[in-house]
Amino acid sequence: MKLLRRRHGLACREVVELVTDYLEGSLDDRDRDRFERHLGGCDGCAAYLGQMQVTLRVAGRIEPEAIDPVFRERLMTAFRGWAEER
Amino acid sequence: MVAAGAFGDVGELGALEAPAGGERRRQIGAVEVGGLWAHAGHQRPVCNASAAPETGHCEMLLLVPPPDADTPGAAPPDDLRTVAAILAGDERAFEGLVDRYNASLLRVARGYVGTRSAAEEAVADTWLGVLRGLPSFEGRSSLRTWIFRILVNQAITRGVRESRSVPFSSLGDDEAAVDPERFLPNGAWGSPPRPVDGIPEDVLLSAEARALVLAAIAELPAQQRQVITLRDVEGWSSAEVREALDLSGGNQRVLLHRARSKVRAQLESYLDEAAA
Repeated sequence: MKLLRRRHGLACREVVELVTDYLEGSLDDRDRDRFERHLGGCDGCAAYLGQMQVTLRVAGRIEPEAIDPVFRERLMTAFRGWAEER
Repeated sequence: MVAAGAFGDVGELGALEAPAGGERRRQIGAVEVGGLWAHAGHQRPVCNASAAPETGHCEMLLLVPPPDADTPGAAPPDDLRTVAAILAGDERAFEGLVDRYNASLLRVARGYVGTRSAAEEAVADTWLGVLRGLPSFEGRSSLRTWIFRILVNQAITRGVRESRSVPFSSLGDDEAAVDPERFLPNGAWGSPPRPVDGIPEDVLLSAEARALVLAAIAELPAQQRQVITLRDVEGWSSAEVREALDLSGGNQRVLLHRARSKVRAQLESYLDEAAA
């Protein structure tokens, strides 16, 4: 991450671009430390991370859509044919 | 032979899996196709069974999820039991698999083909491919990765075959995660997001929030939608997502970042209202 090579602290505009790398655990120790230090002193970025975590939790609770009954019946018919052939 | 009648162009899909130079067969029987499809399981990259074990679903509740293993690893025992049950003719076992993955298969298929009906056909053919390939499933990857590889392999070919194919979108490197106008010239927040701290759990995770997120995902460019669907909706590890969609780790993260940023932006006004 080129952004992190700079000497000065991270700008909020840069922090939001690093959120995924942070959450995915792909920042090295030093970069993660700078990220977390920024977050500790920045309510806006802390709120941003909080919103992102909520987004991920909501995404993880999306239920699989119901399958079209006609489609399901086609599949199960195919399954029975397959099972008989075996 | 029942299967061949249930789905129109199964024979073509069989042919797509045939070795190079093989003739293009049409409407051949299920048994013959099965012979060709038995190779489907070997199309994926071989994963190293002795590599680090699967880290399992991402725990989104943690501040920082545990980093992923570099390789997806072998199939868990549950997968092998499911396969054995299906091979023994257990209809419920197959139906369970269909219930679990069909919606996500559809979402991913939409990334490769132009229409909903083409995506449905691609998914139907994927399930037939699963049945035909199962006897040769060796458990070197998880069952779900293997299923999605079958979809991706044949959906790519189908997308190419159809002139309506969706072009691979760019990674979107130049897209900003947040509207640049919300920052001051020095890069600090001018219009910061609101904290979610005071919002009750049932409001955060409401059906309305889920519907908003689902709608936002549906609007994403194809590759971004595929990655966020598998990683965040299905909860796959990034290693599994990379293997299923054949992406590098870096590309996967860029796609995931763009996808998550846009979905968060779509959820923000809901969260603002809830916080007010």
